[in-house]
Amino acid sequence: MAEYPDNLLYTKDHEWVRVDGTLVTIGITYFAQSELGDIVYIELPKVGERLAQNDSFGSVESVKAVSEIFMPISGTIEKVNDSLNDAPDHVNNDPYAQGWMITVKIETPSELHALMSATEYEDFLSENRN
Amino acid sequence: MTEIKRTPLNDAHRALGAKMVEFVGWDMPVQYSGTMPEHLAVRTAAGLFDVSHMGEIEVRGKDALKLVQLISSNDASKLADTQIHYSALMTPQGTFVDDMLVHRFHSEYFFLCVNASNIDKDFDWIASNAKGLDVEVKNTSDKYFQIALQGPRSVEILQPLVDIDLSSIKYYWFKESNFSGIPVLLTRTGYTGEDGFEIYGLPDEAVKVWDKVLEQGQPFGLVPAGLAARNTLRLEAKMMLYGNDIDDTTTVLEADLGWIVKLAKGDFLGRDVLVQQKEKGLSRKIVGFEVLDRTPIRDGYPVFVDGQQIGQVTSGSPSPFLKKNIGLAYLPIDKATIGTEFSVQVRGRDIAVRVIETPFYKRKK
Repeated sequence: MAEYPDNLLYTKDHEWVRVDGTLVTIGITYFAQSELGDIVYIELPKVGERLAQNDSFGSVESVKAVSEIFMPISGTIEKVNDSLNDAPDHVNNDPYAQGWMITVKIETPSELHALMSATEYEDFLSENRN
Repeated sequence: MTEIKRTPLNDAHRALGAKMVEFVGWDMPVQYSGTMPEHLAVRTAAGLFDVSHMGEIEVRGKDALKLVQLISSNDASKLADTQIHYSALMTPQGTFVDDMLVHRFHSEYFFLCVNASNIDKDFDWIASNAKGLDVEVKNTSDKYFQIALQGPRSVEILQPLVDIDLSSIKYYWFKESNFSGIPVLLTRTGYTGEDGFEIYGLPDEAVKVWDKVLEQGQPFGLVPAGLAARNTLRLEAKMMLYGNDIDDTTTVLEADLGWIVKLAKGDFLGRDVLVQQKEKGLSRKIVGFEVLDRTPIRDGYPVFVDGQQIGQVTSGSPSPFLKKNIGLAYLPIDKATIGTEFSVQVRGRDIAVRVIETPFYKRKK
């Protein structure tokens, strides 16, 4: 598996976004999970909650730290990955599949234009890695 | 802005791929492979920590014992030569200037190991209390490296490298030794709740000692371990962290450290306050708690008892070994009993927690 799959979009806060028609699925990137280390707890929103772009939609915690996660776009929560309650390590082991976090109904498709492609995200990472 | 300080092992940490952070003015490794694996390695095999940032203050002279007895809550007259104990460096208010390990070479020479964040404050305080005494107080923090080898495999790893029988050093005793040609002080102490040793020596020899121990320990599962694992290990063992769990506003008795308070030894700083607290009873005490759901609780989160905020979590973390979330907090004395439930606020939500027996983790001897 590629560290940053080509079919996803990425944010500067290290979330990934997969677009399926009017829905997007959201998680955190390979880089984000490796920075955090072993994830022990994930707090996610409730289905039906409406959140705006850049709102915090929950938090991811490792032994060492808690880190907020942010909405890449505005929308209503359609689905939440409840399996992460028992197996938060899915986010470490399989960040783009089993480690998905939420599915959101798109409100403003133009918000997607601001997100980065895989290549752009990799450039962003290397620029910020000094 | 003062320049950030580096231990003699700074390059070694970077070569090992450590993530470095600033900690009380020092550039220190917070983790190498990850806090979780490092923590578990110390519980099941061994871990190696650079703790050269810790301070050393040496007290020598005819009145050395007299000075140590004045500033410390524990009874240094009960220490044999080459024995060590944990103690509080006292304020006149019965609270902590710092906590420390007191090493007795002999009655005219004591070696104090203190927290990095407090070195200058401690030295000034001890020196100011030495007036009129026949004693010399020296801050020798720059004269030593300090490496902690911690975990159940520590003896096996260290034994082939030193010229003495390690089984002859009991827990909280020390010996001077020759480590592959390098003179070191070996103390059977640590801040993890495991068996192990702390190794002191001259800064120029630090890299040699570090590399040799790492190499020798590799087949036993030894890994380098950072400050993050050191913190979770000490919390599981309910060892106090100055600045979090104890400081100059908490008395030694409130910190549940009655075992280092020796009122019978005679006068010492803050003794009258502690005597009073003992007679009248405490109004609050530190307790250990576990979280009843899965929410991690962290340092500084607000603590609520009966709907009233009464303070903050002093230390809180997921416990890597016990696989639950634990923490420490001061509670009013009538609530500070095993089984009491109270709540901690996490991102606006009240999370239920319960007072449990401590230490959270105790090694099998």
